[in-house]
Amino acid sequence: MALTPVKKQTPTFTASVSAAAGAFAGLFVGTAQGSGLLGIVVGALLMAILGFVSTGLIEKEKIVRAVVLVACGIAGFAIGGLPAGIIGALFGLFFGWFVFWLATGRYRSRLAPYLTSGQVLWHFTFRVICGVIFVFLITPILVVMPLSFNAQDFFTFTPEMLRFEAEGYSLKHYRDFFTSDQWQSALRNSLTIAPMATVLSVGFGTLAAIGLSQPHVPFRRAIMAILISPMIVPLIISAAGMYFFYSRIGLQGTYFGVVLAHAALGIPFVIITVTATLVGFDRSLTRAAANMGADPVTTFFKVQMPLILPGVISGGLFAFITSFDEVVVVLFVGSAGQKTLPWQMFTGLREQISPTILAVATILVVISICLLTTVEMLRRRSERLRGITPT
Amino acid sequence: MSDTTNSGPVLAADGTPLKRSLARALRMQKIRALMLIAPLLLFVLLTFILPIADMLFRSVENQIVSETLPRTVVALADWDSESGEAPDEEVFTALAEDMKIAAEAKLHTRVGSRLNYENPGISSLFRKAGRKAKKWDIENDGPFKEKFLDIHKNWGSPDVWRTIQVYSPKLTNGYFLNAADMKKGADGAEWRPENEQIYWTLFIRTLIMSLAITTSCIILGYPVAWILANLPSRSANLLMILVLLPFWTSLLVRTSAWKVMLQQQGVINETLVWLGLVADDARLVMINNQFGTIVAMTHILLPFMILPMYSVMQTINPTYLRAAKSLGATNWTSFWRVYFPQSVPGIGAGSILVFILSIGYYITPELVGGTKGVFISNRIAFHISSSLNWGLAAALGTILLVVVLGLYWAYDKIVGIDNVKLG
Repeated sequence: MALTPVKKQTPTFTASVSAAAGAFAGLFVGTAQGSGLLGIVVGALLMAILGFVSTGLIEKEKIVRAVVLVACGIAGFAIGGLPAGIIGALFGLFFGWFVFWLATGRYRSRLAPYLTSGQVLWHFTFRVICGVIFVFLITPILVVMPLSFNAQDFFTFTPEMLRFEAEGYSLKHYRDFFTSDQWQSALRNSLTIAPMATVLSVGFGTLAAIGLSQPHVPFRRAIMAILISPMIVPLIISAAGMYFFYSRIGLQGTYFGVVLAHAALGIPFVIITVTATLVGFDRSLTRAAANMGADPVTTFFKVQMPLILPGVISGGLFAFITSFDEVVVVLFVGSAGQKTLPWQMFTGLREQISPTILAVATILVVISICLLTTVEMLRRRSERLRGITPT
Repeated sequence: MSDTTNSGPVLAADGTPLKRSLARALRMQKIRALMLIAPLLLFVLLTFILPIADMLFRSVENQIVSETLPRTVVALADWDSESGEAPDEEVFTALAEDMKIAAEAKLHTRVGSRLNYENPGISSLFRKAGRKAKKWDIENDGPFKEKFLDIHKNWGSPDVWRTIQVYSPKLTNGYFLNAADMKKGADGAEWRPENEQIYWTLFIRTLIMSLAITTSCIILGYPVAWILANLPSRSANLLMILVLLPFWTSLLVRTSAWKVMLQQQGVINETLVWLGLVADDARLVMINNQFGTIVAMTHILLPFMILPMYSVMQTINPTYLRAAKSLGATNWTSFWRVYFPQSVPGIGAGSILVFILSIGYYITPELVGGTKGVFISNRIAFHISSSLNWGLAAALGTILLVVVLGLYWAYDKIVGIDNVKLG
């Protein structure tokens, strides 16, 4: 879209838009200092001046931005010490960029040239709205991480942490996690139950997915509905049913019972991912293999398996994380001997709130980041193997 | 072609008619496919479907009364509950005999607590009577009517006897009536008094809150799905990570994060106080109420809304919008009349998915819901693990299951189960 002409904006435009932004920022600084109204006026005034001046100083952009950054940092530090200083510097960084972004007219360079100013305004407002939603999605996960290094037993940022002092931080909650018997046995239980459940659901699930993707399957819809149902039926109902039934046949409170229950819950995920991989599978490959004299087993392991392996692995990861994260069913089907990590977290959150949970949470987030990366890489590889996206 | 019409049916290589040969091949194919599916189907049936069926059965099962008190049930069958009087000596003798056997096997308290669900107070009658009955000699110690009345005068109350009579069949709809806030009165089912109608309120609350969660997921998910579908794929993939990361993060991590954020001393309140937007002594109460449940569950279920919407919006051609605008539509008209109708399937798919998931949620309401923000599932869990009224739990679960399966069926009709995508 390099066709869009980029031309300098008038000082009045730059000044008024930056004044609006300044008023918004000033509101928060103002309320923090006692008077919201004063904050709005001062913020708007300062930004208007900055906007007006910078339109004339476009050639000296770098210098002006540096000055704004330092000035805002110092102002913040004067108001509220180090934390406020850093926030001030961030403000300065943003406003320095913002003013010149407006003044040079750069903001239009990536947009279609025929957009009206109203449409341009809406374009950026929409981006801001989306940004806010993304912040909503990601903040809770990000907040947990620094809090887990808290030196106190609080669930919130202590003043020491906000001043970035070393004594505000410690690894004691992690030490707690790695030394406490309760947490360690919970971790061990999780790490024994989840892989067994995964093996069961991947083994049965892959076979069934291959069967389901044959061209002629009687009752396909009905079978699919049954196999997907563990994902749809509310967990509490599955848990209740399994609790009643497994205690009838003596599986309640045993490892085996929990593994079976978790395998059943993981099956829909395996079915969905593996059938999705098989949709793009070229059937003539198996026929070609058979034509050349391979028996069905060889065909499966030499031709079909390597091609659908990414789908199988990501289905397995889904099944693993389902079992590894599952609380409700294990709460009912298991007994104290099968206490898993999520169960321990659940009791921890309900009864004795200890920040060790945050350390565990951070570790789990790191694990899920690793799993997510693996699944994404597998998905791309599988698409490449099947030639969906030429890369 | 002309050859075949002359020489009868077409033959396969081995001499059988081609038609039959093909049919056999097709049958073989079907059998092979079924053989591949069979182990898993069997596994799911045994480990999942059977337990659910067991739960459904438990919601109507009522063998305990007729098994523990067989003679009493038979003797009581002729008693007229309308008479306003306690049954005669014959019934009391039968009860004494049953009670003695039950008390020796320590089963009398279980019948007592079963009947106590229907008529509070019966449990203690049975406990007291059982203690005495152990020492009785059935042949010689009669008459028993007085003995029972000595133990507790309520043994003479027709109300107690009516409860025993009503709950003597092997199957009962009593649990379902309870789950719907009704009870078996003198003439058929009747509503419980207004102030005892807890399940109805709970079902309505669950529905309303699930709707609120679904709506807020639509409002928050739509812009995100739009921007993901309309950005160049490189930046869209980066932003997609922000959607998928919460999706992959453990449910408990996210719930504990919200607990940390929403508490009175939590991150949000601290920030608001620091900014001066909220006074220190007027911190917002955002947890252990409905607000906390809705916020946390919206966050947890949002990816389930965004992903289906995104996959639908990806297929909408952006030139339609430009075409509409060039034909003179305003921004709003072109969105509302051209883009939005095409994105409705995505909204439908996401909404049903989110609604199904939220209506049966247990963990998050339990941890952040307090007393006002709990769902029907929490009540089910309570009846299984604390009050031990398994029949009622099963009945509540059955009602919830019917609602969910109805929605599942609708989802299958609208989207197709085959089209469920993950990531």
